[in-house]
Amino acid sequence: MKEVDARGLSCPEPLMMTAQALKGASEPVKILVTEAHQRTNVEKYARDHGKDPVSTEKDGYFEVVIG
Amino acid sequence: MNLSDSKKKLALAGAICGLVAACLAFLGNPANMAFCIACFIRDTAGALGMHQAEVVQYVRPEIIGLVIGAFVISVATKEYRATAGSSTATRFVLGMIIMIGSLVFLGCPLRMIIRMSAGDLNAWVAFVGFTLGVGTGVFALKKGFSLGRAHVTTKASGTVLPLLMAGIMILSFTSFVKASEAGPGSMHAPIIASLIGGLVFGIFAQKSRMCFAGSMRDIILMKNFDLFTVIAAIFVVMLVFNVATGRFVLAFDTPGIIAHSQHLWNILGMYAVGFAAVLAGGCPLRQLILAGQGSSDAAVTVIGMFVGAGLCHNFGLAASATAVNAETKEIVAGGVSPAGRIACVICIAACFVIAFTHKREEAK
Repeated sequence: MKEVDARGLSCPEPLMMTAQALKGASEPVKILVTEAHQRTNVEKYARDHGKDPVSTEKDGYFEVVIG
Repeated sequence: MNLSDSKKKLALAGAICGLVAACLAFLGNPANMAFCIACFIRDTAGALGMHQAEVVQYVRPEIIGLVIGAFVISVATKEYRATAGSSTATRFVLGMIIMIGSLVFLGCPLRMIIRMSAGDLNAWVAFVGFTLGVGTGVFALKKGFSLGRAHVTTKASGTVLPLLMAGIMILSFTSFVKASEAGPGSMHAPIIASLIGGLVFGIFAQKSRMCFAGSMRDIILMKNFDLFTVIAAIFVVMLVFNVATGRFVLAFDTPGIIAHSQHLWNILGMYAVGFAAVLAGGCPLRQLILAGQGSSDAAVTVIGMFVGAGLCHNFGLAASATAVNAETKEIVAGGVSPAGRIACVICIAACFVIAFTHKREEAK
């Protein structure tokens, strides 16, 4: 699974990195972000592009797996 | 409670914040200023003695309410997270740039929208500069710009700015702080209304991720109009309010609205603000909200704005507004001083230096 570590980065970097990772991705992509609003943004971006995101809160960050 | 997952909710949040601004204007805040982050930080800086411009000194409870409202709602909804360490000194400089650019134009992006809704054509001119500034910031982002990672830190460190704001609020009831007896600083809604207005605005701004630079940035970068929905709702509510109360005047040189008609400097002032706000990750409003929800980096940006406000009035960088001569009744055009023009150009140059010297790890 491809992993994108966007923890601690300011907006819109997590979303830019997500978009880049999803381009032509044939396997699920795991995105790590720090802030709740970044998790929401990543989830929404995935849904808007026909993907199904699953989020989990970890210790101090969020993990969003986009299948 | 999540207000950022649908355009209807975002529009509702924007409409509520627009109503707050309209109510505060109705209750006494300066005409066509209503709720300006840059002006209100400038006034608060003056009240604390950071500058000596006697007409713009007043602790604005709106600013305090914004930060505390964002703090309370982020704690209540478990979104509070204390972070720090992302190019902190650079963010301080960006805060100063945002304030200097704002005071060259005479308003932050929020006030620009409020001025646009009141028919002030200068604000529409400045909007061109703001959009170009945001566009330049987006170009830098695409070229790999980044201020680097913030790290989760001790929870207490994220409470510093909310506590400082609470302290300023308490100080405002003493004789230690200054309060204008004339000019814009003397015009304000009742303290309790301003504080409640700030709290409500802060809560809805935090939950909707409201950001004026972010809205234009998302349109340019990703063709995404979500955040723009909030801004459009504020514009519509303020437009209705201004038309209904006879405050809508479609013109350039309108005395009494605290604006000037030097088009180049309106454009360049807001160009600097748009550019710096994208680099800092959010407009002045967003910086206050992020600081409230635990970001020490945003708190430093806010402190940079306070220092920038002090510099603007101590060194004559802030523009003067078009006004009516009390004796001759002639309109005296406002404008930007030579020092303000030089500062504005330096700010734009500094943005370019910051934009192309801070790179993402993989872009180096």
